[in-house]
Amino acid sequence: MFTRGPSLGMRLFLLAVCSILLMYLDHQRGHLQTVRQALSVAAYPIRVIVDLPSRAFLWAGDALSTRRSLQEDNTQLRGEQLEARVRLQRLETLQAENDRLRALLESRPRLPDRILVAEILSVDLDPFRHRLVIDKGIADGLYVGQAMLDAAGVVGQVTRVEQLSAEAIMISDPGHATPVEINRNGLRTIALGTGDSGRLLLPFLPNNADVKAGDLLVTSGLGDAFPYGYPVARVLTVDRRPGEPFAEIIANPSAALNREREVLLVWQQDRVPDETTLSDDGDETEDAAAAADPEP
Amino acid sequence: MSNRYRIWPVLAFFLVAMSLEVAPMPEAVAPWRPPWVALSVIYWSMHRPGRYGVGVAWLIGLLLDVLKGAVLGQNALSLALAAYVTIKLCQRLRVFPIWQQAISVSLIIAVLGFFGFWIDGMTGKLQGGWLRLAPVISSMVVWPPLTWFADRLVASRVRR
Repeated sequence: MFTRGPSLGMRLFLLAVCSILLMYLDHQRGHLQTVRQALSVAAYPIRVIVDLPSRAFLWAGDALSTRRSLQEDNTQLRGEQLEARVRLQRLETLQAENDRLRALLESRPRLPDRILVAEILSVDLDPFRHRLVIDKGIADGLYVGQAMLDAAGVVGQVTRVEQLSAEAIMISDPGHATPVEINRNGLRTIALGTGDSGRLLLPFLPNNADVKAGDLLVTSGLGDAFPYGYPVARVLTVDRRPGEPFAEIIANPSAALNREREVLLVWQQDRVPDETTLSDDGDETEDAAAAADPEP
Repeated sequence: MSNRYRIWPVLAFFLVAMSLEVAPMPEAVAPWRPPWVALSVIYWSMHRPGRYGVGVAWLIGLLLDVLKGAVLGQNALSLALAAYVTIKLCQRLRVFPIWQQAISVSLIIAVLGFFGFWIDGMTGKLQGGWLRLAPVISSMVVWPPLTWFADRLVASRVRR
């Protein structure tokens, strides 16, 4: 403490300069991916340890559930599956019809997206931001900007990938904007996060726009962030304010933000990893990659 | 004397603090989470100013940045600053009665809070308003139990 090396104030000064340099490089330039990945090897065990109690709790719930509740679950799931199958039959004929019509119009058919299920680690990053950590990373072929869904709608997109985990931003984060369109009439706009997981804001629609409460918003596919046509939110209130140029429209996200344990990751056609990097569940990958010749 | 102290209790202490820092909490009380790692840094640099200085605090902060997904360097800077202020004041802080110590520590946390506020403002993620200062109060509340626990940890090492 007393005589070795530079004085305490000098050391603090040097470290402060280092930190500011790091912040500049990381935030303005994004140069520090390798540093972050090296350090994330040390941080990953902590994330896993923190996630353990809730995982154990879930496991105990599974292991201790009674025969009766399992049977109830089973019948309910059977019913749901039957319903889903019936819908899927219709979807297949519709898909075929759609492809035929698109062929007539000489436009490229929409391709199936590759999908992977990831689990959310229960880790709180920052109370003022809506971020989450999932248990898939570079090893599974994730990339920055990848769309993330759950069973009901869009959850968010991947912002940072590490070897075994990834960080994602949710659509309700105040820093996130989702390009959407109204399913009923195709009117395009942008849905902003508010920092409240039950509300999205649509601030860019004029007072006379054709929008009403109950309208479904789906991803518009513009901006290349999300694939086209996944549900995002349902319009809750439309407040037309005379004297203001834009209406105040609030929507309620379809996805169960903050309540789900699992999310689906979607690869868009041009980002599907080839079979050399990914060996497992290759059948979907092959179709998609084979058909993914982009138009000139 | 000081070379008889082992490193592992401190290491375990910081691991627990890091885990608590990202452990899941209900959304309503999440802003009130005490800054466990910062408090640990303050404790150890108050009691072992020769061993756990600004450099160690900075490295811990860097790890915390990665863990919390913050801009690299944000927590590193604020923890180094916390260690600096604590080491400068450690002679006085150590003889304070516990409530006075808690108030001083929460003041240090408040200074760090303003630094965090400033950095978040520059990187464009400013949110939360007055709730940003909630950790100042919660760290005042958890400081006495934390020092009690850490004192026991240190005492058990010395006796053996």
